Amino acid sequence: MAFSTDETERYTRHILLKEIGGPGQQRLKAATVAIVGMGGLGAPAALYLAAAGIGRLLLIDPDAVALSNLQRQVLYRTADVGAAKVAAAAAALHALNPHADTDARAVRLVEANATELLEGAHLVVDGTDDFATRFAVNAACHALGVPLVSGAVGRWDGQIGVFASGVTKGAPCYRCFVPETPPDVEPCAEAGIVGALTGVIGAMMALEAIKIVTGAGSPLAGRLLLFDGLGADARTVRLAADPACPVCSGGQIR
Amino acid sequence: MRVTVNGEVRETAPDATVTTLLASLGIDSRKVAVERNREIVPKSAYDRVALVDEDALEIVQFVGGG
Repeated sequence: MAFSTDETERYTRHILLKEIGGPGQQRLKAATVAIVGMGGLGAPAALYLAAAGIGRLLLIDPDAVALSNLQRQVLYRTADVGAAKVAAAAAALHALNPHADTDARAVRLVEANATELLEGAHLVVDGTDDFATRFAVNAACHALGVPLVSGAVGRWDGQIGVFASGVTKGAPCYRCFVPETPPDVEPCAEAGIVGALTGVIGAMMALEAIKIVTGAGSPLAGRLLLFDGLGADARTVRLAADPACPVCSGGQIR
Repeated sequence: MRVTVNGEVRETAPDATVTTLLASLGIDSRKVAVERNREIVPKSAYDRVALVDEDALEIVQFVGGG
């Protein structure tokens, strides 16, 4: 794939980086990335991925833009309130980068449709807001052999990891970290969330996705990054595959 | 035996495991991950993993918002 003059100029700062360069930028253009959940995490992740020149973005979210979303979901405008998130997102991303194709799916991803929805994606970015959906995304990624960049937030805290159980033997999946739905976890709508924190974690999800697609650096695979927004502290911890994991049985590829 | 939990030094029984530690703190193991010396302990190993003197433990609350 040759780049147009517009693309070459648009991506100059990437092409300057030795870890990306022209070949890495070609890989970004050739990639299809699915983003599940176009909320606080998916919205900033989508902005950076479209701007970075990901060739095709699959946007999956059943919701409409609400006024209370705009405190953090900076992809949307006040005039978008009431519109389907994926439609508003596709329009905004196209305006940002007309070279990024979008495929908008205004549906709720559940266990029954997850594999079908994510088929064809080279990478999945999960920023959904409930554990049932996270489990369904994880199981589908494992079955499809696709790496998963998973981010989550609550109040002032963020957690992010790359789960490649379907790709690399012995790698952990999301269920090795969260084996069962934790009881009484309040959703953001009840617990509250700082908008800027979702930007931090969403941008880190995009960064991990760009690294995986281009092969740059060391992805957060087999590790988790735990971000404490109140204390302005972050640390990475190791995560091993759990032999008792109901999805990957200790990193077994299907 | 002395271990550190979320930055605080605690005295534990010599045969303490992750399971007994969480029970002594009154924490529901379904809500947290336990990090021991910068590594998440697999949930299936909570009964088996014996704590040792000077272990540094962090109790990590799961978050699932997006």
